[in-house]
Amino acid sequence: MARFVVRRLLVMVAMLFAISLVTFLLFIVALPNGNPAALIAGRLANPAEVHLITVRYGFNKPIWVQYIKTIANIFGGTAYSYQSYFNVDAEIEAGLPATISLALGAGVIWLLTSILFGTLAAIRAGRYTDRVLTVLSMIGVSMPPFFFGAILIYYAGYKLGLIPLSGYVNITNPAQWLWHLIAPWITLSILFVGIYSRILRSTILDTVNEDFVRTAKAKGLSQGQVLRRHILRNSLVPIISLWGLDLAQVIGGGAILTESVYSLHGVGYLAYQSVSHLDTVTLMSIVMLTALAVVVLGALTEIFYAFLDPRIRLQ
Amino acid sequence: MSAAAPLLQVDDLRVSFATEDGLVRAVDGVSFSVAAGEVVAIVGESGSGKSVTAMTLMGLTRGHNARIEGRARLGDTELLSASEHELQRIRGASIAMIFQDPMSSLNPVYRIGDQIVEQIRAHERGISKSAAMERAVELMERVGIPRSSERLRSYPHEFSGGMRQRVMIAMALSCSPKLLIADEPTTALDVTIQAQILEELRTLREQTGAGIILVTHDLAVVADIADRVIVMYSGRVVEEGTIDELFYDPLHPYTWGLLGSITRIDRDRSQRLPAISGLPPSLLNTPKGCHFRPRCPHAFGRCTDDPQLIARVPDNAEHLDRCWLELDRKRALRVVGDQIGLVSPETVVS
Repeated sequence: MARFVVRRLLVMVAMLFAISLVTFLLFIVALPNGNPAALIAGRLANPAEVHLITVRYGFNKPIWVQYIKTIANIFGGTAYSYQSYFNVDAEIEAGLPATISLALGAGVIWLLTSILFGTLAAIRAGRYTDRVLTVLSMIGVSMPPFFFGAILIYYAGYKLGLIPLSGYVNITNPAQWLWHLIAPWITLSILFVGIYSRILRSTILDTVNEDFVRTAKAKGLSQGQVLRRHILRNSLVPIISLWGLDLAQVIGGGAILTESVYSLHGVGYLAYQSVSHLDTVTLMSIVMLTALAVVVLGALTEIFYAFLDPRIRLQ
Repeated sequence: MSAAAPLLQVDDLRVSFATEDGLVRAVDGVSFSVAAGEVVAIVGESGSGKSVTAMTLMGLTRGHNARIEGRARLGDTELLSASEHELQRIRGASIAMIFQDPMSSLNPVYRIGDQIVEQIRAHERGISKSAAMERAVELMERVGIPRSSERLRSYPHEFSGGMRQRVMIAMALSCSPKLLIADEPTTALDVTIQAQILEELRTLREQTGAGIILVTHDLAVVADIADRVIVMYSGRVVEEGTIDELFYDPLHPYTWGLLGSITRIDRDRSQRLPAISGLPPSLLNTPKGCHFRPRCPHAFGRCTDDPQLIARVPDNAEHLDRCWLELDRKRALRVVGDQIGLVSPETVVS
């Protein structure tokens, strides 16, 4: 176990390094967005001031020096947006509560719903329930969050007044927090439920034909016991690993559309704004956050994996 | 042989499956009985319906595309028409089953002990987990798994194939079944392990008096352990008799072919092992009359009529076969190159 953790940590560091290098080269070098010094100095600055900033920020230094400085700034909390002058880390920190609330709530909803739908579709494979669920998941997969979000806001929010129109309320007010998040959770979940329930359905249909399921029946277990203990437990591995990665992506600001539609000022919303301003420093910081989330949740998923399937520990 | 009231009586069992290509008649009118303490082997090649027969008795072939007809009585219970709930109580308790591939027959994500305990608790409501665990240890010791109380906590992948099959046997034993169905229990194992597992089955029969149905294509296994043999071909029984009758006085050409194609220590090793030429018929479209006719070198005009499975040896009502040939002709034709076979080893082109 200790060796597993150490090896895993080393892999995490190596991955973060590689990702930071690639994003730095992509965002700061390949996509310079003009002279950063001029951006910082503003429109009315004279060449002397621009030069001063170039030297102060080290934009004339070799690229590897600039890389180290940028990374040190991002991880040290001293990175500033060239366009908006805000402290990038503080801005991300301000967005995290909304984003994590969105991610965790939606994650639980989409995981449980797809386990329910996927199992139902599998045990009713080929029959009416299965067909209805197939159509529903197709709709879910092809439903863009901005469209579904707009419909929810208009009908459930504006017309019926069932949900608030937009915004995020801090968890210190739990009732309001929940009330404001219900619609975003549903909107974000719909896409994932479509995909996950399809994957689970096909995994279950594969597992049903396994010899150990036949053994379980031959033991005299009830259909429910066979389904829960032998079929479902063994079918959950693929979607659990997928879940970890998708959740990480949402935490890293991946739910750009959902956050924007509902004006949840989270990391995704910040990502959306930085893209539209070509705010490369902020973007790079968000990418690093996503990478960190993916790597950490990936490791957690792997541990959970080993718990679900004891054979994995040996590998 | 079988006592007045056999443990299991199967009458005219028919199993067919609706597939996209048509109706597959996997089992086509099979009847046999098993007495307590008796080992009945069902022999045949892949697709002969032997496994389907075995699994149908457990209710494992039921499904919306399966049609099951006939009768199968175990004591007072009619197995084929039993409700799913009744079957649940029978499976693993009155009838236990051991499967072919011990590598995949145990669930990889649960500890061995838990899988044995699961079966015990499925049939003995109210038994505590620790009591069931103790029983599991005893069972594992009984089937020769060393250090049982430790190995209880192992996962299937930490066991060898032979050890896993012992676990399967331990599980099958857990509720003292009256009938044990072993579906190719030794096929996936090394020969030395095979012998050990067969020994285990023999001990089990002696200790519990359970009847055993052994499904196999391995005649060496049959010779080792069976009392009676049922030879199946293309969904039907083609010959049935005691082990001595089958090995020393086989009456159906298919049985000759099976006997002729096994490796024997007294056979000239320079010759190729004779095989039965051709393939078994598709179960979608079986030949008219005798199903073995297209592959039988001794087929003649009458074979297009269905031969019945009846006793054809005078004064022996228990040795049945399904072949039109005269008894004397059979006894003459089956001897090829000093041995029983379908074709002479010399005629096999190498």
